[in-house]
Amino acid sequence: MTSDSSPPSRRGLIVLAWLWVAVPLGYGVYELVQKATQLFTG
Amino acid sequence: MSSPPLAPPGWSRWLVPPAALSVHLSIGQAYAWSVFKPPLESALHLDGTQSALPFQLAIVMLGLSAAFGGTLVERNGPRWAMTVALVCFSSGFLISALGAQTKQYWLIVLGYGFVGGIGLGIGYISPVSTLIKWFPDRPGMATGIAIMGFGGGALIASPWSAQMLSSFGTDNDGIALAFLVHGLSYAVFMALGVLLVRVPGADTPVAGASGPGDADGVRVSARSAVRTPQFWLLWVVLCTNVTAGIGILEKAAPMITDFFADSSTPVSASAAAGFVALLSAANMAGRIGWSSASDRIGRKNIYRVYLGVGALMYLLIALFGDSAKPLFVLCALVVLSFYGGGFATVPAYLKDLFGTYQVGAIHGRLLTAWSTAGVLGPLIVNWIADRQKEAGKHGASLYTLSFGIMIGLLVLGFVANELVRPVHVRHHHVPAPREAADDQRQQPA
Repeated sequence: MTSDSSPPSRRGLIVLAWLWVAVPLGYGVYELVQKATQLFTG
Repeated sequence: MSSPPLAPPGWSRWLVPPAALSVHLSIGQAYAWSVFKPPLESALHLDGTQSALPFQLAIVMLGLSAAFGGTLVERNGPRWAMTVALVCFSSGFLISALGAQTKQYWLIVLGYGFVGGIGLGIGYISPVSTLIKWFPDRPGMATGIAIMGFGGGALIASPWSAQMLSSFGTDNDGIALAFLVHGLSYAVFMALGVLLVRVPGADTPVAGASGPGDADGVRVSARSAVRTPQFWLLWVVLCTNVTAGIGILEKAAPMITDFFADSSTPVSASAAAGFVALLSAANMAGRIGWSSASDRIGRKNIYRVYLGVGALMYLLIALFGDSAKPLFVLCALVVLSFYGGGFATVPAYLKDLFGTYQVGAIHGRLLTAWSTAGVLGPLIVNWIADRQKEAGKHGASLYTLSFGIMIGLLVLGFVANELVRPVHVRHHHVPAPREAADDQRQQPA
């Protein structure tokens, strides 16, 4: 068995941990895309 | 001194990348310092050079603390390092809040620059060694995720800080409140890393632990590593690759404007800002994309691509860049993706050469190449562009000479990469009996 096959009890923690970092990063990427489109429209 | 936090049975290695990201996404805020510059200049009557001081000191402290604190990070483990990073980075903001409130600018320099800068350096190297131990089968991907976070941190902080300043106001009270909220928010956000990070124990099953990277048993200490030609060859490789990337990044907006100033479709200020944003995206994508690719095609080969194809991209820009905007943009994006990839792949390259034993500390020492490139890249491009302007040149010809120098540097880096060979066995660390027993208890491979 490797640590890739996580016990079910850790799944929630993994999802929460990734959401914790993905949400702010998603916000940053969204703002970046908005700005980058100015190259083609500005 | 603390002992590294060992993973309990069943702990998933997929909890370690978000722990690393929570730290890197926070400290990456450093690249968004420019948001605070205009408000500080008007509120505290500073000029541009003065308002850049906290950032410059923070970057110097990043290099110094990563270089000199690496061995401590290896000894005390990632939780200790992340705690130090959290305390220093957050208190840097809190001290700066006090400085803004009392209009004592030196407190902002001391807080954000000195104290916060230590947090940057220790935080940057804190997860590297741990990620490599958890992902021996994919070290490039694992460190790529973390180091991508450092690029992503500015993407988050830049609009977030700007919104906060527009809500709180840009006088000294508003800036102080913004610093206070930053300090507290980053403390909470980074706490996830402190709570989640674990090192694999001796009996922790780690996927790919018997892979090629672990089987050769290379163990080189940080002290021995800096005495090997391999370390200094990699130093040259990183320095030249970063210099080439900064060469474009530093002057991206004026560069694209100058290149097409005489064309039928000149580039507007907002389009130039869009170009800069696109370069940031390429930088971030390169960190995770190229670094993950290095797990498949090998570290030496990927640096051949960064340096060889990078030189070719610069040549294309120099020869044909002003005749076709899409070509200019594409080549610049590729160079910036290589710039990010170079940062993210180097910990895995170090692991291949020196083993996991003190890879974090060796990485910290190698980051002095980044500090050097941070001075060298802007200096070359700005100084030459200014001299060319004085000589009456304009448009793309302002940059022809500096692009030639960048190509030369990349070729130098390419040669250095070709000269990298496995580390001679005389540099390998032989553990003392007690240390070997400790390793048996704590280290997976």
